[in-house]
Amino acid sequence: MSAPVGLEVQHLRVQFGVFVAVEDTSFTVQPGESFGIVGESGSGKSTVLRAICGLNARTSGEVRLIGEGALPTPGDKAFRRRVQMVFQDPYGSLHPRQTVDRILAEPLAIHGIPDAESRIERALEEVGLGDGFRFRFPHQLSGGQRQRIAIARALILEPQILLLDEPTSALDASVQAEVLNLLEQLRRERGLSFVMVSHDLAVVTHLCERLMVMQRGRTVELLSAVDLAASRVRDDYTKALMQASKGFTRA
Amino acid sequence: MSAVASSPDAAQRNPGPALLEVEDLRVSFPNRDGGLTEAVRGVSFTLGRERLGIVGESGSGKSQTGRAILGLSAAEAQISAKRLAFKGTDLLRCSAQERRELRGGRIAMVLQDPKYSLNPVMSIGDQIVETLQAHARVSGAQARAKALAALAAVSIEDPARVFKLYPHEVSGGMGQRAMIAMMLIADPELLIADEPTSALDVTVQLQVLAILDKLVVERGMGLIFVSHDLRLVSSFCDRILVMYAGRVVEEVLAKNLHLAKHPYTRGLLNCLPVLGAARHPLPTLDRQQEWKL
Amino acid sequence: MKAAADLHQWLMSDRPDSRRQAALGRFYGGWRVFARNRLAMLGLFIVLALVLMAIFANQLAPYAPSVGDLMTTRLLPPSSAHWFGTDDQGRDILSRLIHGSRITLFVVVLVAVLAAPIGLIVGTVAGYAGGLLDATLMRITDIFLAFPRLILALAFVAALGPGIENAVLAIAITSWPPYARIARAETLTIRQTDYIAAVQLIGASRARIVLRHIMPLCVSSVIVRVTLDMAGIILTAAGLGFLGLGAQPPSPEWGAMIAAGRAYVLDQWWVAAGPGLAIFVVSLAFNLLGDGLRDALDPKGNK
Repeated sequence: MSAPVGLEVQHLRVQFGVFVAVEDTSFTVQPGESFGIVGESGSGKSTVLRAICGLNARTSGEVRLIGEGALPTPGDKAFRRRVQMVFQDPYGSLHPRQTVDRILAEPLAIHGIPDAESRIERALEEVGLGDGFRFRFPHQLSGGQRQRIAIARALILEPQILLLDEPTSALDASVQAEVLNLLEQLRRERGLSFVMVSHDLAVVTHLCERLMVMQRGRTVELLSAVDLAASRVRDDYTKALMQASKGFTRA
Repeated sequence: MSAVASSPDAAQRNPGPALLEVEDLRVSFPNRDGGLTEAVRGVSFTLGRERLGIVGESGSGKSQTGRAILGLSAAEAQISAKRLAFKGTDLLRCSAQERRELRGGRIAMVLQDPKYSLNPVMSIGDQIVETLQAHARVSGAQARAKALAALAAVSIEDPARVFKLYPHEVSGGMGQRAMIAMMLIADPELLIADEPTSALDVTVQLQVLAILDKLVVERGMGLIFVSHDLRLVSSFCDRILVMYAGRVVEEVLAKNLHLAKHPYTRGLLNCLPVLGAARHPLPTLDRQQEWKL
Repeated sequence: MKAAADLHQWLMSDRPDSRRQAALGRFYGGWRVFARNRLAMLGLFIVLALVLMAIFANQLAPYAPSVGDLMTTRLLPPSSAHWFGTDDQGRDILSRLIHGSRITLFVVVLVAVLAAPIGLIVGTVAGYAGGLLDATLMRITDIFLAFPRLILALAFVAALGPGIENAVLAIAITSWPPYARIARAETLTIRQTDYIAAVQLIGASRARIVLRHIMPLCVSSVIVRVTLDMAGIILTAAGLGFLGLGAQPPSPEWGAMIAAGRAYVLDQWWVAAGPGLAIFVVSLAFNLLGDGLRDALDPKGNK
């Protein structure tokens, strides 16, 4: 297990034409830390994640890896091996015409990593899917199983930072618990750093140590999960989110 | 800002005579191998002027139950029941004409995502007027006035402006409120809401629920609230049916949810992460085969 | 029987043990959907009969296609000796039809093999690249789309001389634009998906993404369109043959046979009716096959 790697984002700005999706956002994820980004739709949280890994172009701002030794910069092929992402929709993140085996073999083939057979088998075991899943097509898998494959795919290159874009929002509650447990376990075993985006405060505080609240492209508040759980919250918007997550109240 | 119901003792209100009687409802679909897959396997309940929540995960059959009541199942679905009646009218054997009158007129349905349930090529106002004119004999001007009033009733601040907008021009929350306005304009007695707030942001969810709450109380409607969110349903409804694999595994009063007995319900309650409670790892649901029986 | 049932189970298993089993299982699933459509099966049957006829033409034809006796067998009506009658040169029409199936198949296969890959490549590259490359490729596509097929064939024949190969070339050159359009439309949708984003994130090159991830998803739409186009291609080849621009005499090309029968259509109707019926049946068969394929190959988009 190599030394953990962190992430530093400085003054990130993402603009699509006239529309500013993310405005001057800065945060640091320490090596081995789990960091959450919370917000509602239109907050820019997913855009931040996509800008970090290069799926969206950065209008301005810097993204750097922090840690020991020489670290690649975004844009290098080597960066791809350090930072990977798990997407939200399990029904859209796996190629419909490829078997699980092919989906997992592709990253290894692209980076010329040998020993594909045993790596694929190990990856499937680590996410709790055994024999019999390797040659299925995505439509033969349930939502939870697909998300596990997506996690296996993200981890097969042995990255050190995992970006998670609402990984459990589209899953049933019982399946969500299993996937969250799996993510926690994998993080512990591999010393990963997480950046997790969610609209669900309970999920984010469960999995993350520190979090950032975003609204309409702006950072509203940066606080620790412990503070949030204890309601030591400064901003009104954060308070509104907390209240909303408690559910409907009848008198 | 918390959303508060208008009537303090709504939970204790007497549901009154049955609006809807469902006995042994079964819905099946033909499958790949030529056989039948049963999505709903013998669901029974009665509904008065109260709020009933139907909770289940995907594949539990909860949505199919709601759709079967309204006759909105897919064409290839096979529906049978010992009894499926709305205020005495047998829903399975009534004529197509009667069913059309019931639908939208006396029984209404609110669906999950207004993007997909509102007609994208008609303005919101026109759709509401169309719904009204399908069920009541009113002139164009009267219909327009009623539509504007309906939009105001769902807390839309500028009804005249929203009247002219198209569904893609409004936010999710406003679209859902427009959908509710459209469904309630013909004064239905029963409302079936299928995941009405799942596609909305958390803060908007509460606003929409508050509106729904107010309208249901004002009009004395019966409400069936179908959702995957057990906590939300327990806070909004009077009674809860928990469905698993096409059957009802538990029926419990909302206020007694913490006393639920079935292991599936207890498992479902326990496995959700809660703000403030740190349980690592989260308890997971250990599915037993006998729950499917 | 048991072996068949076991094979069925093996193919339909949702826990395949190997790549081969998974791929075969998928094909089998698609086949079952296709096989439920009786008209599509009829189309397939006719197309297969056409292929067999072409392969075994020498064995199936009762007479030689180019041999005719002007004295005794000229313009004979259909009878037990000549099922479709004889033409103005005394040749048995049935035998000419059977041998002509080779030419029909030649034209259809060659056009498909030339036009479909070109269209697929142009469309996917344009759709994925976007920007200037997309615009350029699409304008080139528009140029080729604007050529009227028969006029272009005339031009080719004038330049290169008549013959079935030039006819095929002319048809192929004007056939690929619709496939490019279809492939591009599909690519534009697929480009936005998370699974393509995932593979970009992994570090795949653009060529790899287009070739190995996007093209396989476009292939089924193009196949359906090609099959449905085949009827039109057959008719175009027949039209060229009718104008004398395709296969040259004494080649038994069906369109040329109709042209020859034109002069006798009132009294000896069978000379034109035979090849006409053949063209009709084969075109219909390809249409039915194409419809069936479309229903079987993910009709509602990506599964």
